[in-house]
This record gives sequence, structure tokens and C-alpha cells, in this order.
Amino acid sequence: MNAKGSAGALSAPGILFAVLGLAAMLAPFMTLAANRIVAGDAIVAWRLAEPGVTLPGLLSLAAGLALGLLAAWPRIRMAGAALGLAGLFWLLMAGTPHLLAGAGEYARVSPAAGFWCLLAVFILLMSDALGNLAPGPLARAALLIAALAALTLVLWSGALSDLSIMQEYAGRKPAFIDAFVRHLGLAFGSLAIAGVIGFPLGILCHRRAQLRGAILPVLSFLQTIPSLAMFGLMIPILGWVGQTVPGAQSIGIAGIGFAPAFLALVFYSLLPVVGNTVAGLAAAPPVAIEAARGMGMTQRQRLLRVELPLGLPVILTGVRIVLVQNIGLAVIAGLIGGGGFGTFVFQGLNQTATDLILLGALPTVMLALVAAIAMDILVDLVRTTPEATA
Amino acid sequence: MIEIDRITRLYNGVPAVDAVTMTVETGTVTVIVGTSGSGKTTLLRMINRLEEPSSGEVRINGESTLTIKPHILRRRIGYAIQGHGLFPHHTVARNIGAVPELLNWSADKISARVDELLRLFSMEPATFRNRYPGELSGGQQQRVGVARALASRPDLLLMDEPFGALDPVIRTRAQDDLRRIQKQLGSTIILVTHDMEEAIRLADRVAVMDSGQLVQHGTPAEIITRPATEFVADMVGRVERPLRLLSLVPVSELVEEGVAEGEALPVDASLRDALSVCLWTGRAAVPVEQDGVLVGRVTFEAIRARARAHP
Repeated sequence: MNAKGSAGALSAPGILFAVLGLAAMLAPFMTLAANRIVAGDAIVAWRLAEPGVTLPGLLSLAAGLALGLLAAWPRIRMAGAALGLAGLFWLLMAGTPHLLAGAGEYARVSPAAGFWCLLAVFILLMSDALGNLAPGPLARAALLIAALAALTLVLWSGALSDLSIMQEYAGRKPAFIDAFVRHLGLAFGSLAIAGVIGFPLGILCHRRAQLRGAILPVLSFLQTIPSLAMFGLMIPILGWVGQTVPGAQSIGIAGIGFAPAFLALVFYSLLPVVGNTVAGLAAAPPVAIEAARGMGMTQRQRLLRVELPLGLPVILTGVRIVLVQNIGLAVIAGLIGGGGFGTFVFQGLNQTATDLILLGALPTVMLALVAAIAMDILVDLVRTTPEATA
Repeated sequence: MIEIDRITRLYNGVPAVDAVTMTVETGTVTVIVGTSGSGKTTLLRMINRLEEPSSGEVRINGESTLTIKPHILRRRIGYAIQGHGLFPHHTVARNIGAVPELLNWSADKISARVDELLRLFSMEPATFRNRYPGELSGGQQQRVGVARALASRPDLLLMDEPFGALDPVIRTRAQDDLRRIQKQLGSTIILVTHDMEEAIRLADRVAVMDSGQLVQHGTPAEIITRPATEFVADMVGRVERPLRLLSLVPVSELVEEGVAEGEALPVDASLRDALSVCLWTGRAAVPVEQDGVLVGRVTFEAIRARARAHP
């Protein structure tokens, strides 16, 4: 039908990705440094190893970009993105041993701007193709799991363990696992507390307009405090509490450390939780609420049977915002001894060791990305009812 | 029997409903008519205590509604509203079963009742049970809304402009359905509308509200022929008055021996229908049939005489 007509048409984002991708292929793909501190020499993709090794990688990058142009076939664009990603990792794996050979005991190799740009381009291409395919929530969950499995496999295989960032990791395995647990504790723990406070508060605000008028501006104000200032403010306040309230110190409340970081994250979480709870509960059609009242539902029954189920997608969207926001903000906790991946970021900044910064930053980005995708899937799963026409 | 006894509702000291007293017999349809702001909806909502009366009370079969907790009272009273108010996230079956569910009926009993009601409203249970309201037409949504209000066999059914959102063709069909189902079940219905045509079509008794007061309460024929105030006369409409009156009388009342040309009308058609045929075809009489058998005719003369014969 129109497949023939549109087969010739090129995808507009595809053209952009191809241009950006080709430009990125000219940029330095990796760097080789004498040790972990000094700036390294930039090396372009085709000089990473012998042509026989780099050519398949370069070809699959180019082919991936070309396939991304085909507007009519999102599946093929998807395959192109996968091919491109495979090419990227191929070049990385092939280049690392070749560059390190004879480069000295302390030499480090790292991916450079070209790699990161191409990675971004292929991920964008993949999400653009996915947007056209519009897979259902279960298919998206399967894709997410497959992508994570592939990443785990690559890391597990040890093919990348000579990269500088992996060497930073190898020296800090226990600290990394500790930071990971701390980071999750900060992000999910603060979300849980914000939920325990925020959902009932949201329900109360939904019922009483006066309370809503008083609470929401206060929470909005909290949200506008810059994160560094917020963490800073917590230090004297919790320091004072720790010193004056008996027993507070023994449960870990002090000016620095986990407690102030956790509390600041709870404050940041309240506005999205309360605001989206109020918006979600207000989303139920007024006539349906009137009918529920008229048929003899109590206030509690109206909430549980009508308002909450209808508002759940909006409420969960609030939870998604909080989760992604907190995973990112928890990095700042590293600055006041709160633990988490921020520890590596700030250590790396102090030592000017870029790869140590990345060891903190990359897992944070991954975590936020996975949380966002997983929450989107969950929101879609609870939105099972067709839209009302009235 | 529903007794509304000097019920009043004040808003900031101004009465929206002013000492209304009215009795509704069991098994009858009472239609409350009025312009917007006349207090008709407030009066209706005070019966199931969606609005609390400032003074006065309502008794259902002798029991004051003030002695019952509002949500318990409302489960005994059906309530259907304009725009149906169906729960968009529940299936048709779950919507209809909502009140029985509140009353803790067993799942089997609810399911049987849902099927019974769907059939009553000419909706095939197998087809419609598991649909969502968003997948139904406007007329079907409205029928499910009324079926839901009837689900627990309530003592009383309150309807607030239930057909207001429907287009005219579907509205007429919905009114006929309601009348048929009411006769079949013997329900007691109080319905609010601003449409006098609808009131006369449906009502055993019409109650006309004006500025919070009940200005007239009587049979449709009384309202048409002996309006208590100018306002009631205006609501009926001076031009439509004879036609509305004729719409109340079935042709069976004036059927006489004889033959006439043209297509026959059924005996339960109204004199207005017969008059319309006479005017349109230019004939002086219309044949009348019962169950497919001609039983006589009704003449233009007789219709004219009947229209004049009001008190």
C-alpha cells in the first residue's frame, strides 16, 4: 500500500543521527594515558588496531546508522541500533588490549568523546524506533531485561576489565557494593518515607481545599531550595538535634552522614508525591463521584473503589518523578558523608581521576534510566481501562 | 408511600426549597418540573440526604429518613443522574452490581441480577457484561445507569434529568423503556426534569416547582387543563396545550364503528398521533387496529370535540 511510497522516505531523526554519528566517528574514540591521573593521547577509531580488526566494527557502525534512515521499517531501525551498539563494544574490546600492549605497567585506556557520542546516538536511535513500534508494557519489560542481561554478560565476560574504569572498580569492589546499597537505601528509603507521609497528606489535601492551599505552596518552596544549600542546611539542624535530643545520636542522627542526606531527599520527594496524589484523586469524573455518593458509598469506599483506582496512573507518575530525581540527587549526599555513588564522584574530583568520577556517575545514570523505564511500564500496566467518553 | 413533610433548605438564609409538602404513592411516577434554580434538584437530593434539609422531614413508608445513616439510606434508594455517572474503570456488570456489592450480596446472586437487568433493558448479557462504559453508545450508557439504580430492588428510584444528555430520538425510546419497565416492576419513581413534554409523557403525577415552592401537584391532565398559576400555564405552553392534552388520551377512548382509508393506528396510540395523521393526509378519519385486526375508526370531528371538552 503506502509502504512502497514511504520506503523511499528517510526518517528525519535518522538523518540527524547519521550526521551526528558520522561526525562522532571522526572524533577520538579512546584515550591512552601513562597513568590514571594524566591526560591521555586521543586515538581515532580506525587506528585502534590493525585494519582487519577495526574494519568490521567501523562497518557495523556505518551500517547501523544507514539502517536507522529507513523511516518505514522501525524494526529494521531497531536492528540498526543494536548493530551499531555491537560495533561500539567490538571496537572497545578490540582496541583495549592492542593499545595496552607495551604501553607500560600503569597505562590506562578509556573510551573517549567519539565513543560516548556514538553510544548516545545509537541509544537515541533505539528509543526513536521503539517509539514508532509502540510495544506494550510487557514487551518493553522483556526488552529492558534483555538489555540488562546483555550488559551484565559483557561486564561478566571480563572483555572490558582492562578499561580504566573497570580497573578503578577492581580496586574498590567492597566499597562499590557498599555505595550501591547505600545509594538504593537513600533513593528508595526516602521515597518510602515520603510515601508514608505524602499519600495521606495528599488525600487530606484532596478533601480540604484550605489545607491544600496551605500545604502545596510550602512544599513548592522546599522544592526550590538548591540541593547543595538543602544538604548544607541539614548539617546545623540535625547536628543540633543529635546533640540535644537524648538517644538521637545512637540511632545515627548527626550533622553529617546518612541522616541529613536522607531527610533532604524526603523533603524533595514530598511535592511530587502530594501534588500528584491530589491531581490523581481529582482526575475521577465528578459525575462518577456524585453517583458513588448517591448509591451509598462511604467516603472511604469512594476513595478505595473510585478515586484511587482512577488516579493511580497519575499518582504512580509522581512516584516515578521522585525515584528518578532521588537517584540523581543522592549523588550530592556523597559530599556530606552520606555514602552512595556520590562518594566516588567527589573522590574522583579531588584526585582529578576522571574514571573514578565515571565509576560513580555511570551506575547512577543507569539506575535512574532503569527506574524510569520500569516505572513507565508499571504506570501503563495499571492504566488498563479504556478512556471514558462522557 | 413517600411523604415529604414541610421540607425546607436554606442557603445563606435564602430558601432554595421552601416548606414543600407532597405525598408520592407507591408504584407511581412523579415528575418534578421547573426552570433551573427552581429548587427541583435540591428537593430531590434531600430525599436521599445528598443535601440535608434545614427543616422538615421525609418519611418512607412511615419511617423518617433522619433516623437512618445517610449512606445506609442511599443504598435503599436508587439514584440515576444526567451523564449516567458510570465508573469508567469498572465493567458494565460491576457497575450494575455496585449497590448489591455494597449490600454484601453473594457473587452468584449479583451475577444473576445483572443478567436479569441487562435483558430487561434489551442488552444481551453475553455481549455487554464485560464491556467498559467507554465502549458503549450514549443510549447504552444511560440504560446501564438506570439498570444500576434498579439493581438492589430499591423502595424508591430518584432520577435527576436522566435523559438530559441524550439526543431526541434516543431520549424518546429511553422514556418508553422506563415507562415499560416501571409498569413491569411496579417501581416508585421520582424524576426531575425541565422538560414539560417529558413530564407529561412519563408522569402519573406532575409537581411544578417555582422559586423553591411547589405551585401545583396533580395529574398531567389537571396541570394542562387547570394550571394553578400563570407560571404553570407558561410551563405547559398555551400553543401546545391542546396537543399535550390529546397526547394523554388513547385512541381507544374515541374508537367508533365504521371504516376509513389509509394505514391503521394501534389502539394505544394517542389522539395526538391520530390528529397528526388526519392533518397530514387531509382525511376526516383514521382506521384503528388492535393486534392486527381492524376495530373501527376515529374521526377528526371526535378528536376536535374531545379537545374542547376540557373543564
